Amino acid sequence: MRHMTTVRRTSRRRILPLAAGLAVALTLGACGGTTQGDDDTSGDEGDDDAPAAEADPEGEYQEGLAIAMLPKSVNNPYFEVSSEGAEAVVTELGGEYEYTGPSEATASSQVDYINTLSQQAADAVLLSANDPNALCSSLDQARAAGTYVVTFDSDVDAECRDAFVSQVDGDEVGRALIEMAAEQVGGEGQIGILSATANATNQNAWIAVIEDELANNADYADIELVATVYGDDEDEKSFTETQGLLQSNPDLDAIISPTTVGIAAAARYLQGSEYQGEIALTGLGTPNQMREFVNDDTVTEFALWDPGALGELAAYAGAAMASGIITGAEGETFTAGDLGEYEIGPDGVITLGPPTRFNADNIDDFEF
Amino acid sequence: MSADVIAAPAERRSWSRFATWDVAVIVVAAIVIVVAAVGVEHFGTTRNFGFLILEMAPILVLALPLTLIIVTGEIDLSVASMVGLTSASMGAMWDAGLPLETILWVTVLIGAVLGAVNGFFVTVLGLPSLAVTIGTLALYRGLAFVLLGDTAVADFPRPFTNWAIGGIGGEWIPNVTIPILVLVALFTAVLHATSVGRSTYAIGANPVAAAFAGIPVGKVKFWLYVLSGAVAGLVGVYWTLRFSSARADNANGLELTVVAAVLLGGVSIFGGKGTLPGVVGGVVLLTALQNALRLSGRSADQLTIVTGVLLIISVLAPNIVSSARAALTRRRRARVPISHDPVSLSDARKDPS
Amino acid sequence: MTTVSPQPSGAPTDSVHEVDPGTRTGSTVLDAVLRFRALGLALVLVALVIVTTLANSRFLSQQSIRDVLLSASIITLLATGVTMVVLTKGIDLSVGSVLGLSAFITAQTLAENPGLPIPVAGLIGVGVGLACGLINGAVVAWGKVPPLVATLGTLYVFRGVVYTVAGGSRINAGDMPRGFLDFGTARIFGVPWLFVIAGVVLLVVALFLGRYRSGRDLYAIGSNPEAARLAGIPITRRLMTAYLASGALAGMGGVLYAARFGTVDASAGSGLELDVVAAVVVGGVAIFGGSGTVLGAGLGALVLTVINSALPVLGANPFWQRAIVGALIVGAIALDRLVAARVAVSLRKKGSHVG
Repeated sequence: MRHMTTVRRTSRRRILPLAAGLAVALTLGACGGTTQGDDDTSGDEGDDDAPAAEADPEGEYQEGLAIAMLPKSVNNPYFEVSSEGAEAVVTELGGEYEYTGPSEATASSQVDYINTLSQQAADAVLLSANDPNALCSSLDQARAAGTYVVTFDSDVDAECRDAFVSQVDGDEVGRALIEMAAEQVGGEGQIGILSATANATNQNAWIAVIEDELANNADYADIELVATVYGDDEDEKSFTETQGLLQSNPDLDAIISPTTVGIAAAARYLQGSEYQGEIALTGLGTPNQMREFVNDDTVTEFALWDPGALGELAAYAGAAMASGIITGAEGETFTAGDLGEYEIGPDGVITLGPPTRFNADNIDDFEF
Repeated sequence: MSADVIAAPAERRSWSRFATWDVAVIVVAAIVIVVAAVGVEHFGTTRNFGFLILEMAPILVLALPLTLIIVTGEIDLSVASMVGLTSASMGAMWDAGLPLETILWVTVLIGAVLGAVNGFFVTVLGLPSLAVTIGTLALYRGLAFVLLGDTAVADFPRPFTNWAIGGIGGEWIPNVTIPILVLVALFTAVLHATSVGRSTYAIGANPVAAAFAGIPVGKVKFWLYVLSGAVAGLVGVYWTLRFSSARADNANGLELTVVAAVLLGGVSIFGGKGTLPGVVGGVVLLTALQNALRLSGRSADQLTIVTGVLLIISVLAPNIVSSARAALTRRRRARVPISHDPVSLSDARKDPS
Repeated sequence: MTTVSPQPSGAPTDSVHEVDPGTRTGSTVLDAVLRFRALGLALVLVALVIVTTLANSRFLSQQSIRDVLLSASIITLLATGVTMVVLTKGIDLSVGSVLGLSAFITAQTLAENPGLPIPVAGLIGVGVGLACGLINGAVVAWGKVPPLVATLGTLYVFRGVVYTVAGGSRINAGDMPRGFLDFGTARIFGVPWLFVIAGVVLLVVALFLGRYRSGRDLYAIGSNPEAARLAGIPITRRLMTAYLASGALAGMGGVLYAARFGTVDASAGSGLELDVVAAVVVGGVAIFGGSGTVLGAGLGALVLTVINSALPVLGANPFWQRAIVGALIVGAIALDRLVAARVAVSLRKKGSHVG
């Protein structure tokens, strides 16, 4: 019983300094006041750690390359299609292909996979990033260990990768979206946007183009953008946000949803509501997802690039990089099989091409 | 988990039995590492062990205070959300232009406050910790999103972020290894060599008896929650710097892995039992297994299933073993009708091994 | 099943463990708390609707009410099942994953067998839920694993199974028969079918819990497991019933999910368990077991849905949603404890006056 009394006296005395003391461990080595505006030139930035080889545009694709695709998450049909495209290319080039990644689309879980791939000495990683910065340090390590990093679909900081395969020219997507919406509402009316997340880089760039077109293009003078809502690329959330959008804006004529999850959820909501046929819906979606809604006239026309071709192009870019055909510098060219010849633009960006529009006439020609 | 859960007879602490479980876990962890080093390509390299330590770090550090909490018979499911919220606050403060040196301390302090909120509900209001921390799991994660939304704050200074991923002397052993070892040593000493540690076992075994024995049950539990929060803040800082990205979804879902590792390490979910070496073994086992599975090309789905199954097995296995032994003892006793003297009966209940 | 339980079911022990809620000690306290809760919830609901409608009159339009009812029906189903488990002092955190598994398998079955009658597909979904419930129940009732640990584990295991089954595939609206999708939005007398189903299930379970001995047993187990055991209640069997019911209802929820949203991938229902737990505790079901009603849980589900639908209409930061769910869980159990303490004190006072 005696030692029990000691317990009471010591418990508080010991835990308090312990809690505080823990913090010491991490602040060791910190000195002075570092704030956001400070220059941090001490970092090892730049591409100096990448092998500065000469590009050999006449070179051949090497055989036996180990190429891996790391999507935002493996449970996303969109990346499944890209992966099929990439796998076909890698197999054709006589390489080894792997499709791996986290089941949850978070940046930190992707880091473990980057480490694993670099540990497995992959020649090239085709990456769609969940965060533009969080992956940089592990990508740097992987590149230092000899792995080429080609991002596709969603880029990282240009310093941390060798090339970026962009699905499409951002301006073209934005212009196509507003053009489709304008055609469907007859050139005048109110439109709303159902986007992915509030911070989604791609979507925000396209929305900016839409806004710019609305402000400056005389063709759209009678069209007004009344609201932008975010469905976070979740079915249920997009559903609820569509409801909210329609309730808050009784005079709405059209919805643009520049995300595949959003447009399908919005279409499904419209289909089962009194708004079917009253509200025009367009955006970016896959033909398989939207076929049902095009056939019953909930949706007239929408657009997308071919994610399979995107995967193919990324695979060619990765293989070309690993074979020394390109280094990622502006102006270099390479041949991507049936897709044709591509040239690397500023900042190592390779653009796939203009989006395809899908409507009742052509939707059955596409299967993805 | 309050102590009055079904089928939770507060057994007396039996070192012999649980020492066995600890040792077993550590041995299994060692076997997994050896087998993986031989059988899985690229596993047994120093570079991969460096990665392994980085992967292990947040889980191990969060498991330390959680072990103490579970030993007292409570639980904290909000640890991963506290990491997310402290990481998000760190980003918000950095964006607001505060110096990083201040932010580090304030972040840990915020963690402590979040832990204190848990502790308040559990000890002052006497609410079940399971329900409270499920609530704060959602609440803290939600607040993290309110704070940062879907944006990421990423421009943390290189010297700090480089330290978080760098190795000692530029070699493969990560810098964080030293603070981690210090923390593990500290917690092990507190749990196993001080009266505070002994009081946590007493509380877990029987809170009423512990209170009668003069242990300030509420106070000990409250400060353990504060400690859990502060440590989560520390992990929040580490996580932010390691990925040089403050995001609201940082460490999302990590609570499962932490709880699984602690229970796997032989800590009883009913409280009163468990050792820190066992927990360290549990963490190593879990992360090494995940790392090896990933290197051998298993999908993320299988990792999820393995973690979930291990969590259940870590509680199920001892239960099955003990009830099988009890059944065996009963049958033996039935064959020898003379031996129903009270002494042997209570012996059987106390030590099923 | 019966061999494990201390008392085979149907044993003539009715008089022993017939629990009459009216004579149970402390029931007046509980009744008072529950009445307070139902009234409070109703007030909150009315206030919410009024405020939102003032901000936007369309919130009370027919379409909008239908939307809320549709959204509430799936949560209500899950909350009904989880209530049965919580009454026994347990918890079922795996319902979101069970819903996902059932939704995906139902959708896939329909997509692969176009001629399949819809009720059969529905049964398959419920069957998937039952199988999951069986696993939960076995681990909890026979394995004596605490419900929290067991269902936290199966939350991840079942989700892992969905991921494995689904891979990266997605079942789209076009893959499923038209009749099934129509059922997701169809109405009878203006009321969505899904809501009718959820309502009927809710009433059946309410009847079971209130009127049938095996239903009342769940309360007894939750209030005092030891006493329930001594009274001869077949605890293992009753626990199995509760987890099977929770699984089956989550399975049914999966079928409705597939019908309503028309698009199902491996992440369907992720994180839904938090909403369900919130609905249950907000609805006045005591998390320590032994008290509460499914009607309360249904009301809780409705309040939660109205909040979720009101946020975008009010133009609030959508990120608040999750924080609100968490605050509701903590707030509800804290409020319960405070009200229970206050009522107990006042009852004691009254008691001492009377003598």
